[in-house]
Amino acid sequence: MSLNDQDIRRIANLARLELQPDEQARMLHKINDFFDIVEQIRAVDTTGVVPMAHPVDAMPGAHIELRLRPDVASEPNQRDLNQHSAPAVERGLFLVPKVIE
Amino acid sequence: MRGTDMTQSLHNQSLSELSTALRAKHVSAVELAQHFLARAKADASGAFLDINEDATLAQAKASDARLAAGTGGALEGVPLAHKDVFVTRDFVTTAGSKILSGYRSPFDATVVQKLGTLADGTVGAGMVTLGKLNCDEFAMGSSNENSAYGAVTNPWDASRIPGGSSGGSAAAVAARLTPAATGTDTGGSIRQPASFCGITGIKPTYGRASRYGMIAYASSLDQAGPMARSAEDCALLLSAMCGPDIDRDATSLDVPAENFSAKLGDSLQGLRIGLPKEFFGDGLATDVRTAIDAALKTLEAQGAKLVPITLPRTELAIPVYYIIAPAEASSNLSRFDGVKFGHRAKDYTDLVSMYKKTRAEGFGEEVKRRIMTGAYVLSHGYYDAYYLQAQKIRRMMADDFQRAFAECDVIAGPVAPTVAWKLGNNASDPLADYLADIFTLPASLAGLPGMSVPVGFGEAGMPVGMQLIGNYLQEARLLNVAHQYQLHTDFHNAKPEGV
Repeated sequence: MSLNDQDIRRIANLARLELQPDEQARMLHKINDFFDIVEQIRAVDTTGVVPMAHPVDAMPGAHIELRLRPDVASEPNQRDLNQHSAPAVERGLFLVPKVIE
Repeated sequence: MRGTDMTQSLHNQSLSELSTALRAKHVSAVELAQHFLARAKADASGAFLDINEDATLAQAKASDARLAAGTGGALEGVPLAHKDVFVTRDFVTTAGSKILSGYRSPFDATVVQKLGTLADGTVGAGMVTLGKLNCDEFAMGSSNENSAYGAVTNPWDASRIPGGSSGGSAAAVAARLTPAATGTDTGGSIRQPASFCGITGIKPTYGRASRYGMIAYASSLDQAGPMARSAEDCALLLSAMCGPDIDRDATSLDVPAENFSAKLGDSLQGLRIGLPKEFFGDGLATDVRTAIDAALKTLEAQGAKLVPITLPRTELAIPVYYIIAPAEASSNLSRFDGVKFGHRAKDYTDLVSMYKKTRAEGFGEEVKRRIMTGAYVLSHGYYDAYYLQAQKIRRMMADDFQRAFAECDVIAGPVAPTVAWKLGNNASDPLADYLADIFTLPASLAGLPGMSVPVGFGEAGMPVGMQLIGNYLQEARLLNVAHQYQLHTDFHNAKPEGV
């Protein structure tokens, strides 16, 4: 299987990356090189195998359950500290270009 | 002990020697910090990305006060440096990326807190931070050449890479710029640079050390661990780093903190060491093989038995890892959009163009490639064929390890097929870097603990590391084997010329 220019443009849009034409050509070439070694996984018979999303899931007898914490506020308000590395802030709000006309 | 002799040798002392010298007041934490800062500032390898002398000396003064009061932590006043993927309040954190240029975190990562001082001011291990260490951008790489802030040179040969992604950590420890460093390992990023720089490093079981405040690359694989000169030093650091962080890391194991030094002295009599035949095939360079074989003989002489085993899906680890890790990365790195932190492009027309230009300017080529690969394998029509299929093979590989561990106690083999290669060697061929990860990826995918132990020198006098892989939560066993080996050998004490 081989990707083409159109695939690269589509994925770049999904990934929110603006690629220059030369960058796009290089990307196509290198991603296709990579998929050459990926093809071998399609031949593996995985019938009945449960996908492993996570190593904790594979630890035998560990009885470790993934958990959620209670939905309560636990952090103090540190708005200034949290915003001091933001590119554009006004009156405690993050500024972005206009979204709705 | 004060005087020239003492300061000359300070950087060659072990963590426990430094700790003893501090407690005996032979040296102060401030003097120790100054000694290492002077070395770090004079270094030309590119290992350090940020040094903040005022912050370091303030931490050292606080350590001296605690030492005087007898209230210090386990490694009070001993210096260390952190890989730049751990967020820190006192130092800039970039993860080796331009997109985080100048970024200051509002908090310290859990691992940083546990090794130093906790957020509420109570002392953790009480170590003093010297600064932040270079790495491949977002820990994506095997050579440290993917850092936006320049490559790092190997202290054993400045024309060679130090390995990656924790290349700055390995180089800094090998060059004695710091007695210890943190690293992170997603597909081998602690073990491989440790091997290439002739130091000792361990990646614990997935979930042992908190991921809170570790900038995420591939969340089901990322794991923090220590890098130092010996197994004994690594055991001290790992004991301080691990432990549950239930409220802040959803995959932190609810397993009590452990004293990993407790079993260092155990005998290796009867230990079954499994040798996967797939790790000793044609792809393994002769010089590496020779050093590993000699190390196995040493372990045999100490009473260990060598057992042939098989990990039949080893070769599949490369495609499986390079599907799963980029898939997770494409999702994790979506947060870098120029809104809440980091770089923002100057010229844009609307919100989407701002995202696209910001990310195009902020990310390096390898990071973009992995984001693209990840977005592709997760996209409609390809998810089942690639991503889900990779996860299924991941399960089969984890099961292969369990079958192997029915026949052996630990697994041994090479960390990498060759010694450290020349800078620029694989610049036009990223696949060559991927293929060189073959021996570290399997343990990462399974979430097993693995370590690298220096076992000699190969081509051009470059260090060779032996990999030890244990079953889940068996870090103490790995450290025990490594320590017993280091009691009978001196490779971990070897120094690059001029150090």
